[in-house]
This record gives sequence, structure tokens and C-alpha cells, in this order.
Amino acid sequence: MSDTAAVAATALYKRYGSVTALAGVELTVRRGELVGLIGPNGAGKTTLVKIACGLTRASAGTVTVCGHRAGTAPARAALGYLAELFRFPGWCTGAEVLALHQRLARSTGGASERDELLELVGLSDAGERRVETMSKGMQQRLGIAQALIGAPPLLLLDEPTSALDPAGRRAVRELLEELRTRGVAVLLNSHLLSEIELVCDRVVILSGGRVTAAGRPSELTRAGGIEVHTAAGLRRFPTATREDAPAIVASLVGEGQQIYEVRVVRSTLEDVYLEAVTPE
Amino acid sequence: MSPALIIARHVLQESIRRRVFVIVVALSLAFVALFAFATAEAFARLNTLSPGRGTLDTGGLATVTLVGLGMFATLFLGTVLAVFLTVGAVRGDAERGLLQPLVVRPPRRSELLLGRFAGATGVCVVYVVALYAAVIEVVHIAGGRYPDQIVGPGVALAAAVTILIALSLLGSVMLSTIANGIAMFMVFGAALVAGLLNTIGTALASGTVETIAHDIALALPFEALYQAGLHGLAANQTGFTGLLVNLGPFGSGQAGSLGLDLWAAAYLLIVASLAIVGFSRRDL
Ligand SMILES: Nc1ncnc2c1ncn2[C@@H]1O[C@H](COP(=O)(O)OP(=O)(O)O)[C@@H](O)[C@H]1O
Ligand SMILES: [Mg+2]
Repeated sequence: MSDTAAVAATALYKRYGSVTALAGVELTVRRGELVGLIGPNGAGKTTLVKIACGLTRASAGTVTVCGHRAGTAPARAALGYLAELFRFPGWCTGAEVLALHQRLARSTGGASERDELLELVGLSDAGERRVETMSKGMQQRLGIAQALIGAPPLLLLDEPTSALDPAGRRAVRELLEELRTRGVAVLLNSHLLSEIELVCDRVVILSGGRVTAAGRPSELTRAGGIEVHTAAGLRRFPTATREDAPAIVASLVGEGQQIYEVRVVRSTLEDVYLEAVTPE
Repeated sequence: MSPALIIARHVLQESIRRRVFVIVVALSLAFVALFAFATAEAFARLNTLSPGRGTLDTGGLATVTLVGLGMFATLFLGTVLAVFLTVGAVRGDAERGLLQPLVVRPPRRSELLLGRFAGATGVCVVYVVALYAAVIEVVHIAGGRYPDQIVGPGVALAAAVTILIALSLLGSVMLSTIANGIAMFMVFGAALVAGLLNTIGTALASGTVETIAHDIALALPFEALYQAGLHGLAANQTGFTGLLVNLGPFGSGQAGSLGLDLWAAAYLLIVASLAIVGFSRRDL
């Protein structure tokens, strides 16, 4: 069982009338892997996640979740989901929201699971607070706690930090790192590139319903040469790699140059992203 | 606990916590007080009229007419409550983002919808039966008489509200909250018109008008059930009194039948199945 991917999408299409939201997406999230899905608004990120959790049906192609066809009960039991736009009933307390989802997910964790999850997302004091009195950021953290009920092997998080302040974002980042140590697979939708770059094992860039780039952050960000600041000014070696640096420095010193700084240039994820989403 | 029961409990909790019951009970008490006042007045006037009007049973006429009026008010208030509890159950809640976190959980969508249905039906049936019982008792205290049938019309009212809940849930699968709310009140209005058409048709002895009214009542069997309930109130009235009752707005010549009961049950099943199929196929 555990040799199946957490998420596997094959030749996935979704059309809404004349709009093609997904046009043949191939994507795999391995067990325990943290994959960042980025792309401009309307790229199809939300549609992809909704198909994976069974909210929306694909027009063509298949998605499996931990080996089960997406949308089936075992597939849904294997995942935790935080929607991009969601709301919990305002009259419920935080603990009641979690208790309702525990019952529906048949989780036997009881009060200790609720307390642990609330603490994990920094809402320990808010369990008895009604949702309507919580800030959007608190509700989003409650939503993350809700997604973690029953310790699912896969989390689908659609822009989980959109309402959070920088401290809240860092807390979510740390939470994701904690989940990685627990072996939870995560598909994280975001348009915050820095966030993705910092935590994700792999990045998938979606544009116009297609995967236009995918790989480890270090693979995607290509080497961009070496820059050396000398007394005579900036010298560029655009085709050089990190391995060439000592030889370049030695030859410059041999020429009698004074060296102040040596830098290995990499394209940033932002460069890669902009390249991947710009139609040629 | 089964998923449907979990959701039904959630609906009940929501009604309590959002003080739906407080408002509904307060307004219903106000209605019962008004109704009691009007009923007392009506019987007081009746007693000052000279007796001995041949075969006309004025007390019986007043009893069934007032209970009929109360039944109409009960159906109306029960419909308001039923629509309020279900009008945005699927599309409305999906648009607000309330539904998606629940639908993603393992229970089937049909179970979630059944839970909404059970929760709303539980609330509305208790409400309608309580209000109907209050109406009967008020008329009994003021006029000293009960209508000819009590249980049958009460069951008909409860069944009528149950059908309205199913219709409203089906509407909520297809329509936005506002559109469904409007649609439900138009359906209710159409049924009301059918009832009045029926009365007019009987008065004019126009077969065509009666047939139209009958067809509408069959298409909306909650109306036929309500009419049958009204008929039951005066089931034992004969002669001129019975005729007069049936010609009034709160009387009916349409008796209930096993056929109607079967049709109403089938209708409920059809509407519920359509709602479940529609919900199961819907992109959320
Ligand atoms: N329910 C819908 N009906 C019609 N079009 C939709 C619907 N949902 C999404 N779309 C369209 O599909 C495309 C992808 O949307 P979405 O998956 O939300 O993108 P993203 O999450 O990447 O911003 C967009 O063009 C959007 O307008
Ligand atoms: Mg989106």
C-alpha cells in the first residue's frame, strides 16, 4: 500500500463550459513529500486540489489518493483538506468544529486530539471561543487543525497562509516541517514563492492548466555564473559554475587583482517562475 | 452515531444556539394569543345570535372554520420555518464555504443531505404539531367543541411540511439561496391558489376549474394533504352545514384517500432521490 503515491494525477482535464481549467496535468506527490504548487491566479491550482479531494469531478484523466480513486470514501478518509475559501459555522466554538469533524472522520482521538491540534496551530486558548469572534487568521489556523484530524497521510492545503501575518506564516512553515518529520505528504498551493522555496521538497509550476516546470527548488534555480568584485570593478564569468570559483580567483590573484567579494549567482525561484508562467 | 444523525444533531444545535427557537416560540405565542382573542370574540358573537336556524349547526360551522384558519396559519408558519432551515442547504452553504469541509469527510453526500432533511423535519414536525394542538385547544376552550377529526388533519399537516422540506432541499441543490426562497414561496402561493380555485370551482359547479385545481394539488401534494386535512375537520358535517363549510376558504371538498397518501409518499421519495442525485453530481 505504502508504495503508492499520496497523489497521482494522470492526463487530467477539467473544463467548465468553454473554460479549460486543467489541460492534461501530470503530477505526483510521493508519500511524505512536501510539494508546492504555484502558479498565477486562474492557473487551475484550486481545481486540481478540488478534484483530488472529490469536490469536483474531472472531465478526463484520473487522480488517485493513496491508491484509491479520488472522491471515493477511502480516498477521502486518507486526506485532510483546507479549502481556499471556507467558513466554519459562526455559532460553533473551535473545539465544537473539531469535534464535529472528529465524528464525521470517525476519529477516536477525543478531547486529547482536539487539545493537541489546537496547541499545534497556536489556538490553545481559543477552544471555547466561538468562530464568529475569531479573526480570519485564527479561523485559518483552526482550519489547519481541522485538516489534521485523524492524522491523515495526506494534506491538501489551498493557500493556507493567505490570511496570516508574517509570524503566523512562519508558524505554519514550522508546522509543515514538523509534519514532514511525521511522514505526512503535503500538497501546498501558494503564490508566496519564498514560502514554497523554504519548505518544499519539490515545486510544481502550473500555468494555464498545464505543468510548465517541476523539480527541486535547487534544480529549478539554475546556476547563473560567477561575479567577482575586484579593485578594478565587477568581473562577470557567466558560464562558470561553483566548481570553477577557486581557479578563477587564483588566476585573478595571479594577474595581481585585489579581490573583495566572490559570488556564485543563481537565478531565484522568482526568475524561474516568471519564465515558466510567461507565454512565449 | 451514523453520519446522518451527526448532521441532524448539528442542525438541531444550530437552531438552539442561534436562538431560532426563541424567536419562533415568541412569535408563535403571539399568534396563539391573537387567535385565542379572535376565537373568543367569534363564539361570543355567535351566542348573541338567535338560535333555531333550522338545520344549520352554527357552532359546528364556527369550530371547523376557526380550526381550518388555524391550520392554514400553522402550515404557513411551518413552511416559513422549513424554508428558513433548508433554503441554502447545498448551493447557499457551498457558496459560503460551509459545505466543502463537511463533504470532503468520508460519509457520502446522500448521508449528509439525509441528515439535513432529518434535522429540519424533526424541528418542523414538532413545531407544526404543537401549534396545531394549541389551535384545537383554543377553539375547544372558547367554543366547547372539537372538530370531527383531530389526528388525521394533524398528520396531514406534518406530512405537508415534510414534503415542503424535501422540495426546499431539492431547490437548494439547483438554485441559489435567494432564488430558492422565491421559488418556494411561489410554489406555496400556487398551492394556495389551487385551494381557492377548488372552492370556486365547487361553488360554480365548474368541472373544468375543479379539474385544474385538482391537478395543481396533485403536482404539489402538500396542498392536497392540507385540503384532505381541512376536509377531515368537518368529516361528519352533513347537509347544508357541510356544504357551507366546504364552500368557505377553510373548508375543502377534497377528502383524503389511500391513493393520495401513496402518491404523497412516492412524491417524497422522488423529490428526495432527485435531490440526492443532483447533489452527488454537483461540483462544489
Ligand atoms: N465553478 C467554476 N465555473 C466556471 N469556471 C471556473 C470554476 N472554477 C474555476 N473556474 C475557472 O477555472 C480556471 C482555474 O481556476 P482555479 O482552479 O480557481 O485557479 P487558481 O486556484 O490557480 O487561481 C479559472 O479560469 C477559473 O475562472
Ligand atoms: Mg486558487
